[in-house]
Amino acid sequence: MEQLLVKARELADEAEVFRVSSERTLVHFEANHLKQIQNKQHVSIALRIIKQGRIGFSVATGCVNAQTLLDMALDTSQFGAPANFSFPASAAYPQVEVFDPETDKLAVEKMVELGGRLVARVREHTPDILCEADVTKEVVFFNILNSKGGEASYCKSLSSLNLEGLVVHDTDMLFVGDGESSCHPLVDFNVVADRVIKQLELAGSKATASTGSSPVIFTPRGVASALVAPLVTAFNGKMVLEGASPLRGKLGERVFDKKFSLWDNAILPYHVASRPCDDEGVPSQSTLLVGEGVVSNFLYDLQTAALANMRSTGSGIRARGGLPGPGTSSLIVGEGDVSLQDMVADMKEGLIVEELMGAEQGNLLAGDFSGNALLGYRVKGGEIVGRVKDTMVSGNVYEALERIVAVGRESRWVGGVLRLPYLYCSNLSLGTKGG
Amino acid sequence: MRQQLIEALKGHNADYVEVRLEQGQSTCIIYRGKRLDEMERSFSKGGNIRALVNGGWGFVSFNELNGLWDKVELAVKQARLVGGEVSKLASVEPVVDTVNVEAEKDAATVSLTVKKQLLGEYNDIILSTPKVQTSNINYRDSNRRVIFVNSEGTYIEQGKAGISLRLLAVARGNGEVQQASLSLGSSGNFADIEGLHDQVGEMARRAVDLLSAAQVKAGEYTVILDPVLAGVFAHEAFGHLSESDFVYENRQLLEVMVLGKRFGGKHLNIVDGAAVPGLRGSYKYDDEGVPATKTYLIREGILEGRLHSRETAAKMGEKPTGNARALNYLFPPIVRMTNTYIEPGSVSFEEMLSGIREGVYVKDWYGGMTCLEMFTFSAGEAYMIRKGRLAELLRPTVLSGNVFVTLDNIDAIGDDLHMNQGGGCGKGEQVPLPVSNGSPHIRIRRCLVGGR
Repeated sequence: MEQLLVKARELADEAEVFRVSSERTLVHFEANHLKQIQNKQHVSIALRIIKQGRIGFSVATGCVNAQTLLDMALDTSQFGAPANFSFPASAAYPQVEVFDPETDKLAVEKMVELGGRLVARVREHTPDILCEADVTKEVVFFNILNSKGGEASYCKSLSSLNLEGLVVHDTDMLFVGDGESSCHPLVDFNVVADRVIKQLELAGSKATASTGSSPVIFTPRGVASALVAPLVTAFNGKMVLEGASPLRGKLGERVFDKKFSLWDNAILPYHVASRPCDDEGVPSQSTLLVGEGVVSNFLYDLQTAALANMRSTGSGIRARGGLPGPGTSSLIVGEGDVSLQDMVADMKEGLIVEELMGAEQGNLLAGDFSGNALLGYRVKGGEIVGRVKDTMVSGNVYEALERIVAVGRESRWVGGVLRLPYLYCSNLSLGTKGG
Repeated sequence: MRQQLIEALKGHNADYVEVRLEQGQSTCIIYRGKRLDEMERSFSKGGNIRALVNGGWGFVSFNELNGLWDKVELAVKQARLVGGEVSKLASVEPVVDTVNVEAEKDAATVSLTVKKQLLGEYNDIILSTPKVQTSNINYRDSNRRVIFVNSEGTYIEQGKAGISLRLLAVARGNGEVQQASLSLGSSGNFADIEGLHDQVGEMARRAVDLLSAAQVKAGEYTVILDPVLAGVFAHEAFGHLSESDFVYENRQLLEVMVLGKRFGGKHLNIVDGAAVPGLRGSYKYDDEGVPATKTYLIREGILEGRLHSRETAAKMGEKPTGNARALNYLFPPIVRMTNTYIEPGSVSFEEMLSGIREGVYVKDWYGGMTCLEMFTFSAGEAYMIRKGRLAELLRPTVLSGNVFVTLDNIDAIGDDLHMNQGGGCGKGEQVPLPVSNGSPHIRIRRCLVGGR
């Protein structure tokens, strides 16, 4: 890495080398039984240069000589975007624990056993379910070095446990599923099993919803599948800069309900999206995005921040090893003070959405969403009466979050990167088969 | 190299072993608004090993090519930990072959200057459209050479090239944001994405028109799908159900997908095949070294075939179809579609429209998703149909339903087959895999449309 940096520095004005190496083990169960074990060893090295004020970039996986990487970076720097930033000098990084040596020590045999017991526990409840389960562990080394003296390296461990179940009766199919992830080794399968069993119980009987306007309670997983994607786009500093985000020009304005607060937090210990610094070597932080309904900050990497006259929020993320751009770490929606039970009782008639399929296909920028309730429950007379099918739920994220009826007092992690409460919204549009 | 690979596969106590090595380069150019936001070149070298022992699979992927024999041994060890039955793989003739990419204007030989010039022209067209706020152009080309060797004597070297281009226009007005997009693809021929200036302008104007479009009222409608969206329907709603890895261990689903069962009218024929030449999903051998085929999934309304890997074919007692594909060396091959389409019928678009009192005409696609029987797919452009005529423009519209019911509700199939090369298919983590979809216009009765 040092040699590449020195060579690059000779030919360009500034240079940065970013290296990631990882080893991941995946134990995969299909149709209730152990199917495959995978081991993935990956190394990639990226070179970013600034030459005559322009950015050049190249990336390689596997053995490549430094000259090839340099030539490709120089080639692109003739046309690359003007660089409006400098690489960060050495900085003090926050202490963020993201490595647990116990995760690395998890034996494959133990992972096989864990997945097997998870599947067995769910099948004990519903014998004719078909489960697909994944047990993974991963260790990742990050290394970043730049010509301004900036230097950072850290190691992260990841462990995850996921299960998706399918119950088929004739042409009726029920989908359930949940998961957990952490930097600590996950060794208790019951957390995931309990959640899936709960879903199976609620979905035990069938119910129908009718076409029209209806209140909807989104469970934490429901919020993740329906409402998060448009927000991720809207708070991306690049989208704001370009004017594509509807939140442009709304800093300091109350756009959401007072009960709604949102953070991006990269410094929570042992969470999978946490890190001491971002992929550009900028120290990590927790950023308030929405404080009691008021738009407070957007997320920036170095280049976007420079263009927008803002400061990097330590949000420079390299998707698939490419150039950094603004991205989220852990997104956290603040908890409210209402229990699910009270929400259901208050709603009397309506729908609970656990997973909306295809919601993200709509016009994300405008906040429109529309999806099929893959898993959703009908509320009747203030009680959950059964699962609905063939029901489309449509709405607009900004309208839905501008007048939230209630925010749940409990929240949970979804997919390891979102911490979400129940959200109770009014007036969403339902479309159903047969009206 | 060949001898080295053959040696690495020797001396392991496994039922089957294969190794795949891959080397390639790619170029990516991204415009965001006026800015050329990213220009990057990348180089990749890596490989994987897959081993089968007593019905269990082990898989190892790597970037460092040293110590190949030990990597094979690790995959074998993992496979042994999994295995607990008899290994089944459909037998195929070992093949020794070299397949090169033949593109009229190979993207790998086109200079960065030319690529930037063309994309810049498209970008200017979008940005000069009144009320367009910003643009997004995402171009990527790649060129790879893949070597595949297995313990049965197959040795195949295949060149693979691809171009994907996605253009997006974002319009803004009255506090509203709307967008329209265009997705294109090619098997490495740069000429395929040249000269699209008119189409790009049309797309930008559509984004602007959407600002004043109404939202469809949710409910059931008679809908007409254009060839692009009907192709997505064929792929998403039905095609995924024809992937045998979904089916072969699922007894209930197997009962639903019994060969010989009727799924639609006599006019319905759905095909998948990498052997159909010249399309984005075409190839000579799949990633298990099996020759490509053309498979009728539905013929005259009746379920006739499905897509297989060597393992699913053996387990179901059917013939392998050459549909095992891996996105790249980081993933094992799984059953995937290639070029999927509904064959043309005889009904004209005008005939389809006539007789619809109130319906929806949906065009183009934002995306599609499926969970076995359930599908949702979203149209990039939609119009109301009133009294047999196209009426007002609608906002992007989502359709959803049960595939079995919907196939049976197709009551007209057009005479105008068109293949869309812009698709990238996702399954598990392996996305986007180059595929093409196509269809003529089709009409579906009683289709669920989301709106408000």
